[in-house]
Amino acid sequence: MIEEQKVINIEIKDLLSQTRDFFNSGHRLVQIGCTKLPECLEINYSFDKEHHFINLKIKLVDLNVEVPSVSNIYWCAFLYENEIHDLFGVKFKDIALDYKGNFYRTSVKRGFNPQNEQP
Amino acid sequence: MNSPKRTIIPFGPQHPVLPEPIHLDLVVEDEKVIEAIPSLGFIHRGLERLVEKRDFIDFVYVAERICGICSFIHGLTYCIAIEEIMQIEVPKRANYLRLIWSELSRIHSHLLWLGLMADGFGFEALFMHTWRLREKILDIIEETTGGRIIFGSAKIGGVRKDISSEKLAQILEKLKNYAQEIREITNVFINDSSVKHRLVGVGVLSKEDAYILGAVGPTLRASGVGLDTRKLGYAAYKEIDFEPIIETAGDSYSRCLVRIREIFQSIEIIKQAAGKIEPGAIEVKVTGTPNGEFFARTEQPRGEVIYYAKADGSRFLQRLRVRTPTFANVPAMVKLLPGCQLADVPILVLTIDPCISCTER
Repeated sequence: MIEEQKVINIEIKDLLSQTRDFFNSGHRLVQIGCTKLPECLEINYSFDKEHHFINLKIKLVDLNVEVPSVSNIYWCAFLYENEIHDLFGVKFKDIALDYKGNFYRTSVKRGFNPQNEQP
Repeated sequence: MNSPKRTIIPFGPQHPVLPEPIHLDLVVEDEKVIEAIPSLGFIHRGLERLVEKRDFIDFVYVAERICGICSFIHGLTYCIAIEEIMQIEVPKRANYLRLIWSELSRIHSHLLWLGLMADGFGFEALFMHTWRLREKILDIIEETTGGRIIFGSAKIGGVRKDISSEKLAQILEKLKNYAQEIREITNVFINDSSVKHRLVGVGVLSKEDAYILGAVGPTLRASGVGLDTRKLGYAAYKEIDFEPIIETAGDSYSRCLVRIREIFQSIEIIKQAAGKIEPGAIEVKVTGTPNGEFFARTEQPRGEVIYYAKADGSRFLQRLRVRTPTFANVPAMVKLLPGCQLADVPILVLTIDPCISCTER
């Protein structure tokens, strides 16, 4: 094993407070990524401090639920959130820089969830 | 008193300094940039979704083709993600070979960047000499892998090709002379007044901003943050003595210096590896299928790349997500543009060494 990777499953309602804790403790935001599973969409928020990798995981079972944007804590998150919106159809609330679906100019809208299926 | 008139100037997606498309809306007052709004996604390929249709063993070929500059490290990082999920122990010799090819990739990528940079500020002779030197590294890569751009040597469980001890000795001899040749060229970047005039004090990114904006690689280290994913110890890096190259000024010149110093560091790392590599197997047989998830992290020439793989025990992954270093460096690029002169924008964009091919995976 190259490194220990901690994965913490959290509720959507706890996302902002947990992210703020990481920000206050000096972690950097490594990435945000989305995975389509048969029963839900998983969104991973990865943080790192001095090569200690921690991952917050939320599960989204209803695409109508808005996920609070963490871009007002980590400004750079706007890129990841716009990407996930355009590729998966996830709605984010209060993105610092919202491209409103024009971040990726793909011929297939929501290419990673083309029918915009409910998980 | 009237406030200065603001104008929005589109920069890209087609621009002489941009080999690949990225667009910026530049809000300017006279010649001074006030704000920059980036647009990506002109050529998004959706390669990540191919994992749903390609066997996980074969997908390394696709991963290597995400980018033509750091292709080997893309393939390597994918392999590491799968190997970690499947708990495959890669032979020691294979890890050293992975390291050697990774460092050769770094040298040729940094030389490519130096050439593009020289071209960007109009120093054509310097551009041509830098790329002439890069060809010599491509020759070594071709001699050892058969490919100049796509190596095809990474595989899950090890590597596909070996380097004989005679060939390794030849490479070391070449690199000894090569370092002197590179020094002659890089001294121009370091000392020439016309180059320094374009780079020193231009596009300053503070240490705090670089870190919190998620910058990676030379863009981060030029601002004084000593983060280098190689220190995680993947491949054979845990057995190599090296420290991240850091500069503290955070300007364009520092980003240039970090890359120049990393070229020489890579040569030293290859020398160390050549002294430590031992005879042995270069691959292990892979049986079974992956079940689990892992975030593999490696240091590409442009910085940390992440391969997230999630598998459910079938031959097709559920998800592969690639976070490239250029994607992570875009917020830093946007933040260092305000306050600069319009004429400096192309150089500043180049200083993060953008690779849109990676980013539009």
